[in-house]
Amino acid sequence: MSLLDLFRANKRAKPTAEAARDRLQIVLAHERISRDGDDFLPRLQKELMEVIARYVAVDQKKAVVKLDRGDDVSTLEIEIELPTPTAGERRTERVQQAASNG
Amino acid sequence: MSEVIVVTSGKGGVGKTTTSAAFATGLAMRGYKTVVVDFDVGLRNLDLIMGCERRVVFDIINVIQGEANLKQALIKDKRVENLWILPASQTRDKDALTKEGVEAILAELRKTHDYIVCDSPAGIERGAHLALYFADQAIVVTNPEVSSVRDSDRILGVLASRSQRAEEGRDPVKEHLMLTRYDAARVERGEMLKVDDVQDILAIPLLGIIPESQSVLNASNQGVPVILEDGSSAGRAYADAVGRFVGEDIPHRFAVPEKKGLFSRLFRGAA
Repeated sequence: MSLLDLFRANKRAKPTAEAARDRLQIVLAHERISRDGDDFLPRLQKELMEVIARYVAVDQKKAVVKLDRGDDVSTLEIEIELPTPTAGERRTERVQQAASNG
Repeated sequence: MSEVIVVTSGKGGVGKTTTSAAFATGLAMRGYKTVVVDFDVGLRNLDLIMGCERRVVFDIINVIQGEANLKQALIKDKRVENLWILPASQTRDKDALTKEGVEAILAELRKTHDYIVCDSPAGIERGAHLALYFADQAIVVTNPEVSSVRDSDRILGVLASRSQRAEEGRDPVKEHLMLTRYDAARVERGEMLKVDDVQDILAIPLLGIIPESQSVLNASNQGVPVILEDGSSAGRAYADAVGRFVGEDIPHRFAVPEKKGLFSRLFRGAA
């Protein structure tokens, strides 16, 4: 402790080197796995949307793919917003349903 | 037997050129015929750090394009025996650097020199790739700072997969860690990554710890490789690293703060 340290406001600031080490270990562990593979997320998103579009009408712009690389668990989160049917479509649907119910 | 050594890092501004200049000078001082080659086409700076900027006539691109021969382009250092500099071009762009051209120059230099030190540009594009492609050994220059460590890891990946040795399935490029701008006092306070942490993360042998030192700027101001600066801690650290490189067993002496006098202990944190 030097004399000047006594007057420093934030002398109790938490050491940050540990955070640097921990963050690097996590990010590099993941980067090494996919080191030579290209970034697959855009392709994943495109292919997923193609499959889903075969069954439901979806807006390509309303899909969000998120990847969170954690220490113990990594999550892949895919959020696709389905459009609300317009009034006309809802009526047709009802008619079809009624017909099939006999 | 001559060896091609690339000095690389991925990230810019971590001390590649300072290291190339000091290391090549150190090898030459030990009697090895050494040439240091600037691969940073378009952003040449090795000439300034080596203090020969006013003696550049031809450069590596002139040689590749057949406008000059290698002998004309090599600049012999005036202070140290056995030391030559091959400057990069300042006016052309990186595309003028071709794999065949670089290969031919290195093959010719191998005949006349013991060590060929290649000063890589930053990044992982063409210039950086060609600087490391033909390497036998690599000195990875890293600062104890997250972005530098990450980029070093990336460049180690490139060395392991895209060097000529890797492509031809030969023995891998021998890797060395040069940790620069190390501030042991900040490490003690927990503000900077420890050398052990960086080495743990990158998992390559430690060649040298270069302490943060004002003499590096002073030396570059004057165009003197820092290894030639008397009394400079960074200079001594580079000299030690050269010794280790050629097989001597030298302990790392800059991992702990240097002892300070009473005055500096009172006024600068020696906590």
